[in-house]
Amino acid sequence: MYPSTFRYTKEHEWVLVEGETGTVGITHHAQKELGDIVYVDLPKPGAVVAAGKPLGSVESVKAVSDIYSPVSGEVTEVNEALAGAPEKLNEDPHGAAWLVKIRLSAPDETKNLMDAAAYQAYLGES
Amino acid sequence: MVDFGGWDMPVQYSGIIEEHHAVRRAVGLFDVSHMGEIEIRGPEAFSLVDYVATSAVSKMAVGQAQYAGMLYDHGGFVDDILIYKVAPDHYFLCVNASNQDKDFEHIRQMQARRGFDCDVEFAGERYAQLAVQGPKAGATVQKLTSTDLSGIRYYRFADGEVDGVAARIARTGYTGEDCFELFVAPEFAQRLWDRITAAGAEFGLKPCGLGARNTLRLEAGMALYGHEISASITPIEAGLSRNVDLTKDFVGKETCARQIAEGVKRRLTGIEMVGRGIARDGYEVYVDGAPAGWVTSGSPSPTLNKNIALCYVPAEHAVLGRTVHVLIRGQQVEAVTAPTPFYKRAK
Repeated sequence: MYPSTFRYTKEHEWVLVEGETGTVGITHHAQKELGDIVYVDLPKPGAVVAAGKPLGSVESVKAVSDIYSPVSGEVTEVNEALAGAPEKLNEDPHGAAWLVKIRLSAPDETKNLMDAAAYQAYLGES
Repeated sequence: MVDFGGWDMPVQYSGIIEEHHAVRRAVGLFDVSHMGEIEIRGPEAFSLVDYVATSAVSKMAVGQAQYAGMLYDHGGFVDDILIYKVAPDHYFLCVNASNQDKDFEHIRQMQARRGFDCDVEFAGERYAQLAVQGPKAGATVQKLTSTDLSGIRYYRFADGEVDGVAARIARTGYTGEDCFELFVAPEFAQRLWDRITAAGAEFGLKPCGLGARNTLRLEAGMALYGHEISASITPIEAGLSRNVDLTKDFVGKETCARQIAEGVKRRLTGIEMVGRGIARDGYEVYVDGAPAGWVTSGSPSPTLNKNIALCYVPAEHAVLGRTVHVLIRGQQVEAVTAPTPFYKRAK
């Protein structure tokens, strides 16, 4: 369920680090809690994001939720497919429904995040 | 599960959008036992109900249901209610769960004010209520009752049996679809829920929670207390003048009469989002660049595939086709005034 290659935040975002690029998304747990997702608000390429700060928001039928960036850096790519089909976030949050790609300014940051085992334990507790 | 006015209720079972579509296309089942019930019986029961309700109670037939406001002296809402005329001296009121204590107190005070000879009973604990809503609602419930449901018109009710237990069967609802609301004694509710679920399975019945209840009633343009109506809003502002009978005396009449004669400063209107964004409860509405009102209820509309909302705007802007903006996280997003109800079922 939770890929071992990802790192996870307490706010239920994931990041996959490949060299200097981090791909960011929300976890399966997050999409389940949100319910039917109807809208996603993401930054544009070039935007600078900081770890722990909001990078956008996701909306379900009932509510708006901020998405917090797991990492710091510059947004290089945004998943355009989500604007027209936000429900993809419910269907494939760890794969096709990635949110943004970020050029990492501090690649070491990710060692503060949870690995898959720690995240699953965290879910068990919450 | 969430705390809804002190009641433990589900926001959804399988998903809001799926449940919403089930009601529009097939049938959905809601546990609305949290709703309050007040029974008024006695020689002057009619007089009391007629005094506290805005509507033309005198026109009601036995077996009829009527939507009404219950107002304070200043004209703002205590609650919106459904009145059921069981007999000339017996009225059954269905009221909002979160207002039932307040409603009961208010009715008792009005009874004391005029000295009406009748009995007012807080009956919430004696009734459970299940709502079956959708084009297949009748087919579903008919399998469980000997009462001929085709004989119950919209906004009428009959006292009969469902699943072998005594039930008030009302063709009323909060979704804009064909509808049956069933009032039964609480000890039979669980079994009735299971029986209805089984009976509706062949039609694709889905249990539905608060989330779908809200998207459905919003599309149907129906008010929710605390949003479109409240103690500081009058029926005329809320677009409910047709539920106000000025030929009789009632609590709050003065304000209603004055507003019908002179007009109101603000008016409830429907809007559809034009720009990208979802208007939500409480967001500010801008007209001509300045804050001018607020969103009372807003949400994506699963049936219409748009983002819709009800909001208060200055009365002169409550006309169709007017451009307004909704402040969404610091940005003014364009919307246009639209007719309500947003959705009407095919006849």
